[in-house]
Amino acid sequence: MTQQPGEPIADGPAVGSAVLVADAPTTGSDGRAGKPPRELGQARWLSIIFLGPALILLAVIVLYPLVYSAVRSLFDDGPAGTTGGFVGLRNYGSVFTDPSTFRAVKNNIIWILVAPTVITIVGLIFAVLSERIRWSSAFKLVLFMPMAISFLASGVTFELIYSDQPSRGLANAVTVGIRDTFSSPSLYPETHIRTGGSFTGSASSGYTTTKAYSPGTPVLIPMVGLSLTSPPKGLVSAQPPSTGPGLNGVVWNDFRRGGGGTVGKVDPGELGLKGVHVQALQDGKVVASTTADAKGDFSFPGLTSATYQVKLPASNFAPPFNGLSWLGPNLITPSIMIAYLWVYAGFAMVLLAAGMAAIPRDALEAARIDGATEWQVFRRVTAPLLAPVLLVVFVTLVINVLKIFDIVFVISSGAGANGKYADVLATQLFNAYGQQRYGIASAIGVVLVLVVVPFMALNIRRFRREQR
Amino acid sequence: MQTTKKALAVLCAATLAVGALAACSSSKSSGGSTKTSGSSAPKVNLSGKTFTVLGQWTGAEQKAFQAVLDGFKKATGATGTYTPAAGGDEATVLGTKVNGGTPPDVAMLALPGAISQYAKANKLQPLGSDAKAGVAANYASVWTQLATVGGNVYGVPFDASNKSTVWYATKPFTDAGITNPPATWADFLKSAKTLSDAGVQVPVSIGGGDGWTLTDWFENVYIRTAGLASYDKLTHHQIPWTDASVTKALTTLKELWSNQALIGSPANALKTPFPASVDNTFKASAKSAVVFEGSFVATTITGDKLPAKVGTDAKFFPFPSVDGSKPALVGGGDFAVGFTKNAAVQPFLAYLASAEAAKAIVGSPGSGFLSANKNLATSDYNDATSGELGKQIVSVGDNFRFDMSDQAPAEFGGTPNKGEWADLQTFLGNGNVAAAQKALEAHAKAAKGW
Repeated sequence: MTQQPGEPIADGPAVGSAVLVADAPTTGSDGRAGKPPRELGQARWLSIIFLGPALILLAVIVLYPLVYSAVRSLFDDGPAGTTGGFVGLRNYGSVFTDPSTFRAVKNNIIWILVAPTVITIVGLIFAVLSERIRWSSAFKLVLFMPMAISFLASGVTFELIYSDQPSRGLANAVTVGIRDTFSSPSLYPETHIRTGGSFTGSASSGYTTTKAYSPGTPVLIPMVGLSLTSPPKGLVSAQPPSTGPGLNGVVWNDFRRGGGGTVGKVDPGELGLKGVHVQALQDGKVVASTTADAKGDFSFPGLTSATYQVKLPASNFAPPFNGLSWLGPNLITPSIMIAYLWVYAGFAMVLLAAGMAAIPRDALEAARIDGATEWQVFRRVTAPLLAPVLLVVFVTLVINVLKIFDIVFVISSGAGANGKYADVLATQLFNAYGQQRYGIASAIGVVLVLVVVPFMALNIRRFRREQR
Repeated sequence: MQTTKKALAVLCAATLAVGALAACSSSKSSGGSTKTSGSSAPKVNLSGKTFTVLGQWTGAEQKAFQAVLDGFKKATGATGTYTPAAGGDEATVLGTKVNGGTPPDVAMLALPGAISQYAKANKLQPLGSDAKAGVAANYASVWTQLATVGGNVYGVPFDASNKSTVWYATKPFTDAGITNPPATWADFLKSAKTLSDAGVQVPVSIGGGDGWTLTDWFENVYIRTAGLASYDKLTHHQIPWTDASVTKALTTLKELWSNQALIGSPANALKTPFPASVDNTFKASAKSAVVFEGSFVATTITGDKLPAKVGTDAKFFPFPSVDGSKPALVGGGDFAVGFTKNAAVQPFLAYLASAEAAKAIVGSPGSGFLSANKNLATSDYNDATSGELGKQIVSVGDNFRFDMSDQAPAEFGGTPNKGEWADLQTFLGNGNVAAAQKALEAHAKAAKGW
């Protein structure tokens, strides 16, 4: 059994792996004469030695848990994480009937349908663009950079971007900023009418006096809710209305710091609501409108003949636009997808750009010389030649999206009770495991494996085909 | 930050699931030494003996516990070695040790369910006569009952928490002219309305993003509207959640939860996790003035470095009485249990029941520990607020009740987005009492291990 120095050793692993992967079943155990059995046997023996440690490790940390999970998924959960009785496929039934896991299934489907397609398309656009601009390497570098950031860090970053408070979240700072340039926010969004007075309506419909006032009777409109610690700048103490001609009144914040004072009466220290829009109504129709002055006084000198109701229109109290609820029930999954796109667009772009670089220039040139437009060149030449790479990118993304976990986990944990609307199977698996519901957790795991396997098989088959 | 909190919540949920110690409290700042005075502890000579203690505490809490071990060593000569569970997951560590046949001599358990679980598995040593007498003499009988399984007493109460406290920022109260904190539910609602009129936009801050804050709300209202007997029955699911007493409690709660002028929009409350609800009340230019939760609000205020000073800017009042209900208190606590026949174990447990040990833990700075030991004076505490919190636990006596959701199966009472947590979040969102009761009962029925 002396070995020839050099050759067999150098050949060993390569031959061995080829044998193992492709030919093992056919030339297997028979040891038939005709071929050089000793050589082959030796190679296999060697290959086993070389592959052995890896195989043992794989068996221990991949194969055994895989099989055990499959078995465990058929058993119930006892108290405190113990294994209960055999329940057949009931855990699998729960995955699709329990509302929270079923929501995760639906979210996973949405992810698979949307994310890989969008990312591949965006990546393709970037790849095409990067071919046509200067500094394309810098462009690619910047776009690829998010791949170098861990999902945890990008998750935390995007959680902050999506924060509800415009003062903290970039997304809402931008939306609020844009919106406020086009329509200015209302003056007193935080105030409401003092309860107990004779007014109808609400902050969203405006307040109207129930009584009709005749000129000469002062109209007192007590509001409350203005911040006492930091009232808007420029407000001064309210004064009882002047007694000029026509209809006069005052609108003021009927609450002074430290309490006290009489409800419905203008007390010293209570601030006038400068700038409030006031309308006078006659038979429900607006006959005049004005704004309150610095002391909260308003007057309609022209109204002298009849009795009038007074209305504070809703525009005074419109709540400020606080942006969108990015992490609310409806937007949370799309929001996380955008974060995911940010990370993976660069990956798709780099692979596709490499694929495009491999396309023979002459084919493109030929098409152009034949008079094809750029779009035709792209559709008829570039795209077909790029198809294999597109498929690789797409399938890789599908597999990554199926097992998506960290970015969803991180961002949704900042969404409070709305976090559950972003749940995917992997986060449900993690939660179930944390709660020691190992049966359900295993079932979810097996479901994930079953869904991933076809895509893996597709990828492996493609790789093999390419190697030939 | 929020991620760690969630991870912590998951961890706690996991811990609750095994039903062992889960002190899900925030960590504290500095620690220090402790005065030990007086001695009612048994005098035994145990010099040279050693024993081990497993717990969950680190930092200032660990220092406070070390002070107790030091006191015991001084009194008897036995050396106790405290080990915090690796990864903060005591339930798993303890479970593994016990099942592997190498339990610690003493362990601290945060859930009565864990005591009963280990006792039924014959893993625990019942308390000896000294320890039993110490607990009976120094603690209200409800504490003995919590640690009693099948006629034997197994645990010595160590620390206690007070979850019947409502915390408020004093400045908005003064600005609004509210001089006395509300004592009744009606007053409470009225004060909240006054705060709203005084420009506090969200008078009561509710951390509905974490389901457990809502279970604490419910328990505090329920114990007041339904009484102790019903509380005990509902705790063990001996009456259904569709019971009229639950209707009453939820309807009472709805007076607050469905009033947008008092709590802001429920959708926002559901986005607010507990730490944020405290921040929103005590940060600079806060929009809220009141936040409900247990004694650990104080440690959250200091831990989050909020500008409010506990005791002057941030104070608490007892959860308001509803319809003239008598004082009652919902809380939690840790129990020390003995796993082995080590000669030092029973004397140590007896020592833990003594006033001396209780003084050592509550006097230790930064730990935030409270104790239900009857022999403590407010002045034994490290600060006045803690003293007041502790006094309430003692003064309520047998009207103390252990947190209901912590005694329910974890699947129902201790899991984010499931069972009671999720149902009360839904209720906060839509205010539908009947639907909430139906969902609660369905989920309670589905949970195993009542």
